[in-house]
Amino acid sequence: MKTIKIKKSEWAGAMDKARNTYRLAGPVKHQDYHVFRELEAAGIPDLEYGDLRISPKTVVMPQSEPMFTFNLDEHKEDHHVLHEVPFDDTPRAVVGIRPYDARAIQILKKNFDTDDYQDPYFLRRYNCCTFIGLADTDPSPTNFSLSCGTGPFDETDLDMLLVDTGDDYIGKVLTDKGEAFAAAAGFKETDAAEADATIAEMKTKAEAQITTGVEYDNIAAMDELTLHQAPFWEEIAFACINCGTCTFACPTCWCFDIQDEVEGKHGIRMRNWDTCMSEVYSRHASGHDPRGKPFQRTRNRFMHKLKYFLDKYNDGIMCVGCGRCISQCPVNIDIRTVCKTMNDYQPEN
Amino acid sequence: MNQYTERIREIAKTLLREGRVDVVIGFRKASLPYMAEPVAITREAEADQLIFDCNCRMNLANYVTERTDNIGIVAKGCDSRNLVNHIIENKIARDQLYVIGVPCTGMADKNMLLENAEGGITEITETDGQVTIKSEGEEKQVAKADILQANCRTCIRRNPVIYDELAGDEVAELELTDRFADVDEIDAMPPEEKSTFFDNLFAACTRCYACRNACPLCYCPTCFVDESRPQWVGKSVDPVDVKTYHFLRAFHDAGRCTDCGACEAACPMDIKMRYLTRKTIKTCVDRYGWEVGMNLEDRPPLDTYSPEDPDEFIR
Repeated sequence: MKTIKIKKSEWAGAMDKARNTYRLAGPVKHQDYHVFRELEAAGIPDLEYGDLRISPKTVVMPQSEPMFTFNLDEHKEDHHVLHEVPFDDTPRAVVGIRPYDARAIQILKKNFDTDDYQDPYFLRRYNCCTFIGLADTDPSPTNFSLSCGTGPFDETDLDMLLVDTGDDYIGKVLTDKGEAFAAAAGFKETDAAEADATIAEMKTKAEAQITTGVEYDNIAAMDELTLHQAPFWEEIAFACINCGTCTFACPTCWCFDIQDEVEGKHGIRMRNWDTCMSEVYSRHASGHDPRGKPFQRTRNRFMHKLKYFLDKYNDGIMCVGCGRCISQCPVNIDIRTVCKTMNDYQPEN
Repeated sequence: MNQYTERIREIAKTLLREGRVDVVIGFRKASLPYMAEPVAITREAEADQLIFDCNCRMNLANYVTERTDNIGIVAKGCDSRNLVNHIIENKIARDQLYVIGVPCTGMADKNMLLENAEGGITEITETDGQVTIKSEGEEKQVAKADILQANCRTCIRRNPVIYDELAGDEVAELELTDRFADVDEIDAMPPEEKSTFFDNLFAACTRCYACRNACPLCYCPTCFVDESRPQWVGKSVDPVDVKTYHFLRAFHDAGRCTDCGACEAACPMDIKMRYLTRKTIKTCVDRYGWEVGMNLEDRPPLDTYSPEDPDEFIR
C-alpha cells in the first residue's frame, strides 16, 4: 500500500474534493472545544485538536437515533404501524478519528454484530464508513491506550493513518477503502521509506509519552463471584455520584434505551444512550432493582469492562485507554486505580 | 502539607479514636493533581489520607443525605450552609454531625489550572494566595484570585456557618460589589436574545446528570426526569427536553441553592448552569431578603407565608 502526503494549506481543498464521493464526519470546533460529528455541506474536518470529550462512537451510535415513525390517528389506514426511518447509506469518511477510538468501534462491533444477532442500526452506519485515522502525537497524561491492546499510532482498525508532521499530513494507506479515499481526495503519493521513518520516529516519541498502564492478567484468572464480592467496592465507589459522565464519554459503552415519543398524533420510536450508573437503568418493571445501591452500579460498570467482557470474548478488556472517564469524572474515580485494585486482589483462603 | 490538612487529620484521628464518630467524610488526594476525591475514613490509621486544598470542589453535604450514623464532616463555608439546609429539610440531624469547619479562600477553577500548564499538570501547591502549577519542565505561579471558580468570586460565606471545630483561623469575608452582575446582564436581554443565549448555553448537554448528582439539594427518590408513569420529559437530547430539565431543576432549587458551584465543577461539558440557579438566588434575596443556610432557625421562603410577601404579580 502506498504512502501519501498533503500540505496543510491544501487540506480543505482535498476534503472538498472527497465530499463528491463521501459524506464527511470529523472534528470541528464547537464553542470552546472540538466535537466529532457529521459535517454539514461546507464543513472541513479540523485535525488541529487535542482530546475529544465525547468519543467519535457517535458516528456509529448517535446519542439519539430514530428507528421508526408511527401515527396514532385512527382515521388513517396505517395508524399504529411502525415505519422504518430512511437511512442514507452513501459512503461516509470518518476523518481524524484517533487510532484507539477506532479500536473502540471494533469493540462495539463485537456486541452489535454477532453470529446470532446483527444490529441493523449499528451495522448500516458502520458498513458505509471508511476510517481515516489521525495519530495522537501528544497523548495526554490520562491516556493509557498502549496497555489496552492499541495505542496512539495503532493501524489495526483504520483504512488510513494520517500523521501531523507540522506543515503536512503524511498518511499510510492501509486498505483498499483507504486507497479509494486517497484517490477521491486527490492525495499525492510520497516516498514511502522517508515517510515511514518519520512516522516510526514520531510513534516512538508518542508511545514514550504514555507512562501509565493497566494489567489485568490476574483478573482473567480470578473467579467472577469472588471479585464481585471483594471488600473494596464500597470504598472505590464512595465518591461516585452515579452520574453518566463516564459512560457517555466512553468510546466502548454501548448500552441504549428505547423510547417512544409522541407529539400530537405523530410518534417516533428512538433509541438513546443509556447509562448503567442510573437507578432507572436496572430497575425491573416490578420495582425490584438488582443494583439498587449506588456502589453496586459502580461495581457493575467496572466488572463489565474489566471482567465480564474479558471472560466472554477472551480478547482483552472493554477499554481502549483513552482516559476520557478519568479526566471527566467529577470525583476522579480512576479506572487505572480500580483495575489495579482488582488485579492485585488476593482473597483470603 | 498545608495547615488545614494537618489540622483536619488531627481532628479526624481524635474523633475516630475516641469513638465520637463512626466515619469522617472529607477529601483525599486524587490520581490527577488538579482534583480531590471525596472519601469516608472509618479508621484512625487511614486519617492521614485526608487533605484539603483548592481542588476540593465537590460539596460534601451531598454525602451525608439520610445517613444514620455519626459523621465527622469536613465543611467549607458553602458545604456548611448546605448542612444547615439539610438539617432544616430533615435530611440529617445536627447531633449526628461533628462539623470540621474549613474557613475557605475559594476553589481553583479546573479549566484555568489546565490552561496554565503545557502538557499536563504534575503538582499544585498553594501558599499565601499564590497557586503554583507545576507541569513537565515548567513551573508557573498565579494569584489564586485570578483562577478562582466563578461561584467563589461572589461567595457570601467563606467561613463555616455551623461547626464543632475549625481547621484554621477564620478568614475575611469578601466585600462584594455588584454581586449579581451576571444575572442582571441576562435580565436586560431582549426575549429573543435571551432565548438564543439559553439555547447556546445548553447545546452541549448530554444529560449525564452530573450537575444533579453532584448537588446536595437533588435528593428526590425519583427525579422528575426519571419518572416514567407519567413521563414528564423526553429522554433524548432534544433541545426542549434538555432545557426543561435544567430550568425545572433550577426551580426545584429555588431558595435552597447555596451557589457552592458543585454542578458546574462536575459538568464534563463546562455548561454554566449556575446562570439559572443564581437567578433564583437573586429573586429570593430581592423579594424575601433570604440567604439560605445562614442559621438553623429561619424557615425557607417557600414554606412560610407572610401577609407582607410581595404579591404584585397576582392581578
